[in-house]
Amino acid sequence: MFSFFLKRLLLLIPVFLAVSMVIFMIVHLVPGDPIDNLVQINSTPEQKAALAAKYGLDKPLYQQYAIWLGKALSGDLGDAIILRRPVADLIALNLPHSLALGTLALAFSTLVGIAAGALAAVYKDSLVDRTTMTMILLGSTVPGFWLGLLLIMLFAVQLGWFPVSGARSWDALVLPVLTIGLGGVALVARVTRVAMMETARKDFVMMLHAKGVPSWQIELRHVLRHALLPVVTILSLRIGWILGGAVTVEFVFARPGLGSLLITSLNQRDYPVVQGSLLMLAIAVMLGTLLGDIVQAAMDPRVRERIK
Amino acid sequence: MAALDPIKTAIRSPRGGASAAVLVLVVACAVFAPLLAPYAYDIQNLPAANTEPGGTHWMGTDEFGRDLFSRIIYGARTSLTVAVSAISISVAAGLTLGAMAGYFGGAFDRAVTAVVDLTWSFPEILIALILIAIIGPGLQSTMVAISIAYLAQFTRLTRAQIMALKNETYVEATTNLGAGHFHIIFRHLLPNALTPVIVAGMLATGDAIILEATLGFFGLGAQPPTPSWGAMMSSGTAQIFIAPWIIIFPGLAIAMTVIAINLFGDALIEALDIRNRLRSS
Amino acid sequence: MALLSVQDISVTIGKLDLLDGVAFDIDSGEILGLVGESGSGKSLTAMCVMGLLPRIGGTITEGSIVFDGREMIGLPEAELRRLRGKRIALISQNPMTSLDPIIRIGAQIDQVSTLHLGLSAAAARDRSLELIAQLRIPEPAAIHGAYPHQLSGGMKQRIVIAMALAADPDLIVADEPTTALDVTIQAQIIQIMVELVRDRGLALMLITHDMGVVAQACDRVVVLYAGRVAETNTVEAIFAEPRHPYTRELIRCIPRLGQAPGSLKGIPGAVPSVIDYPAGCRFNPRCAVADDLCRDTVPALERKASGLAACHFSEG
Repeated sequence: MFSFFLKRLLLLIPVFLAVSMVIFMIVHLVPGDPIDNLVQINSTPEQKAALAAKYGLDKPLYQQYAIWLGKALSGDLGDAIILRRPVADLIALNLPHSLALGTLALAFSTLVGIAAGALAAVYKDSLVDRTTMTMILLGSTVPGFWLGLLLIMLFAVQLGWFPVSGARSWDALVLPVLTIGLGGVALVARVTRVAMMETARKDFVMMLHAKGVPSWQIELRHVLRHALLPVVTILSLRIGWILGGAVTVEFVFARPGLGSLLITSLNQRDYPVVQGSLLMLAIAVMLGTLLGDIVQAAMDPRVRERIK
Repeated sequence: MAALDPIKTAIRSPRGGASAAVLVLVVACAVFAPLLAPYAYDIQNLPAANTEPGGTHWMGTDEFGRDLFSRIIYGARTSLTVAVSAISISVAAGLTLGAMAGYFGGAFDRAVTAVVDLTWSFPEILIALILIAIIGPGLQSTMVAISIAYLAQFTRLTRAQIMALKNETYVEATTNLGAGHFHIIFRHLLPNALTPVIVAGMLATGDAIILEATLGFFGLGAQPPTPSWGAMMSSGTAQIFIAPWIIIFPGLAIAMTVIAINLFGDALIEALDIRNRLRSS
Repeated sequence: MALLSVQDISVTIGKLDLLDGVAFDIDSGEILGLVGESGSGKSLTAMCVMGLLPRIGGTITEGSIVFDGREMIGLPEAELRRLRGKRIALISQNPMTSLDPIIRIGAQIDQVSTLHLGLSAAAARDRSLELIAQLRIPEPAAIHGAYPHQLSGGMKQRIVIAMALAADPDLIVADEPTTALDVTIQAQIIQIMVELVRDRGLALMLITHDMGVVAQACDRVVVLYAGRVAETNTVEAIFAEPRHPYTRELIRCIPRLGQAPGSLKGIPGAVPSVIDYPAGCRFNPRCAVADDLCRDTVPALERKASGLAACHFSEG
């Protein structure tokens, strides 16, 4: 299992290099002198020269990339133009909020999605199934930020149950998690439902009935367990999708986090912050995918076999 | 015409019919916006700011007193133009790339597959944001960002279709008759791979509308005073306590359009019986 | 009193009438062959006996199935479940797909004895290891911990047999247990099954389309054709004196050593489809001796010498 983990981790290195290269290139592709995209407004020529020397801006592009990446890996992501402080500090401030939101939203989507999908599959064509199907349609068609705003209007403005915005207390997490959750639940429930109905038609399920295993045990211990395999596959592929939802939702709820940081810095053209937060989000997506692969291998002996 | 038969079948199903009607309505709004909208989209009327929905302003007014109903009708134009052109570009590029990768194989295929797989695990919104970081905000950037964000999906799907078709006997026969590569790709393979990719493109148009609205909401898409469903809501957040309709109606317009696209696409998939071919991606 | 008595059952799925008056008995210690081409209703009969017909959307419209003196039709699902696996076990057609691919082999066998015999995990494991060994599988402990994809088809079918035996059933229903296997393995598996059944004095309902297997293994035979019983008799009598033209054709189709090349022919025509069964005797379009009587009157299943046959022409 450990060698599998190591192998997957190694496979991520070229992906990381490619993504970091694109992010590095942002300041060079944007019209204008890269140095102007990296320094604070009203910098003196001396300050500019110091920075140019620090990033090796006179050197060939690949060397600049190597310098930038080396610094980034050692935690130096440059200084924010507007906020005038190290990007790494900004990320350290925002990351915990995004982590909390992302993890909770992922857990909520997975648990509720599996439960809803499984119930819909077992009680096919019942009220539970039809409700779930409607929720699935809404969850995949309603824009996340609009849903967030509706939830704010209902639960924060009208009912006053939860804070409108911010991240000062735990209950400020409820509405954001629900907002991302509906989309995630829709995705997970849809996959679970289809996978369970497909598994239920397999020969080995009929054999389990022939063995006299009670139906509920067959559904829970065998059919659901199989249905979870494609669920994990989809989740590991689309874990970034849920994190992407976090970007939108942070902005809507004016929550601190990598997403808000990214959107704000994009609007302010604060490129060092843009680069730093994109890099962190990309790493989060890659680690999420890795996590999905590991869970998949832990659940399916055939996957483990293929890796050996 | 035989090609229209599946569309007819789709419209005849109750869901397909209802969703087709909604889509016709939205397209009509986009095309005939100046005729349908009771007011101009950019006329400000500050004394009438944040008017509740009622007789004179069916959906109320925004913080500048502009008529929300008119802005939503014009917004359909923005949303559809951006989403449809972005996805058309994306589908055309994806078909070409996917067909060449699937047909020629080798190093070119490996390169294309590597890039496609790389972007595949990243959410479209993140890809779009990276691109906007490079090319800057605005409606045209939004279009470019969306078309690139969805490129992987269509390339992947086309490639899978071409790979499946390539080994069929009639292609071999055509090759043996001495037909050129491009003749085979464009005359024989692509026409047979087209249907699922176009249906996937139609479904993606719904997602593209949401993505356009999201970018607009972030202030990175359409710039004022261009009416965009997403941007309208963005300015509405400041009025959330006093004028919730500024957020409710544009969102309803998006949700209705996207649900209609999804339901119609679903009816079309049923009518064409291509659910399995779409799943290969 | 027979262990299992299937009495004139008729089965429908949706609008299709798939079985029409199928009847036979099985005694303890007996091996009964159920023979016919695909589409004759063999597997469906197995589903009826297992009480699994509702799972595939079927209903028994007429007749009764009495197992050990008890009527099975109309029994609540909970009661049926207690019979399945414990007293009536199934060996399925395709061992490749009959095992849960993500659960260890051992656990799948243990499941039966913990469920029906109330054994502890350790006792169930011991029992499974013993069964695996009896099925002449080397290294039982290693196999117990293996996953299905690590085993060959023949091995998997032995595991399915072990699962069937795990709760000491009285009747085993084997639905074409060797069809999916290599020819070289087929005879071995049949041999093992016959030995185990004989040793334990069990009843076995062996479904097959292969008259060779019937000759090798069975005591008595029921020949099914298009959802009806064509003929039933002891193996010796069936081969010596087939009463139904269809049975004669089936026997004629067994390849023999020293046969002239090209002289082996199948039965002309095809099994009629369930959506348009011919009137009268369903075999009449393929039958060499059929006349107008066969084309409009259904022949009754009547006593003919030592067995039963449904043919207007067979002598009594």
